[in-house]
Amino acid sequence: MEIRTLFFASYKDLLGTGELQVDLPDGATVSDLVSALRSRGGAFTVLPAAPAVAVNMTYTDPTSLLRHGDEVALIPPVAGG
Amino acid sequence: MTFVAIVREPIDPAYVLGLIGDDEDGASLLFLGVVRDHNDGRSVGGVRYDAYEEMARQVLAEIVDEAASAARTDRVAALHRVGELAVGEISVAVAVSSPHRAESYEASRYIIEEIKKRLPVWKKERYSDGAEEWVEGQTPSTSPAPQADAS
Repeated sequence: MEIRTLFFASYKDLLGTGELQVDLPDGATVSDLVSALRSRGGAFTVLPAAPAVAVNMTYTDPTSLLRHGDEVALIPPVAGG
Repeated sequence: MTFVAIVREPIDPAYVLGLIGDDEDGASLLFLGVVRDHNDGRSVGGVRYDAYEEMARQVLAEIVDEAASAARTDRVAALHRVGELAVGEISVAVAVSSPHRAESYEASRYIIEEIKKRLPVWKKERYSDGAEEWVEGQTPSTSPAPQADAS
């Protein structure tokens, strides 16, 4: 299944991109997605093992199952205000 | 009617105050977050705010709804600016009106604190020596959103 993955702020600077399509087997979870990203090597290995994640714009637990077409954002520590 | 927005243009305090207020309200409260010229002992020349804009609008609406229901007023407005800001410019505005002041103070405080905890917005500071850094922020909780204290 295809997952649209978004990166912001420091993660975007780190990876040099704000968006990536990631292909994962059915039944994959949020943490499987993060593992798949980190296993790409290079700058990806610098991503935290358990970053805050939003699935379809809602903060979501790492154990949550993903579905084809989900939009998953890796959320660095926030600093609004 | 509550009001939320993520904006690119300068925030006008008079406009924000105009979004709230009602004949039954005896208190109107406006909080402004402003870019300051220093942070952690370093001289700051300006900042840039980035946002996951669509989600930020949604999360800001959730925060405002929580505060509004706890304070029993729907006269609540919250705006966050994104893009490049100079020292002295307004980054965030929260306005609340209610029959009595206690509800306005509680709602205003709740909204700004929750913005800092969970609004998907990031700040990059530009220092006077030319260096730039993302400001160390807070990690949002992935458990369900807290409810505002209804006291």
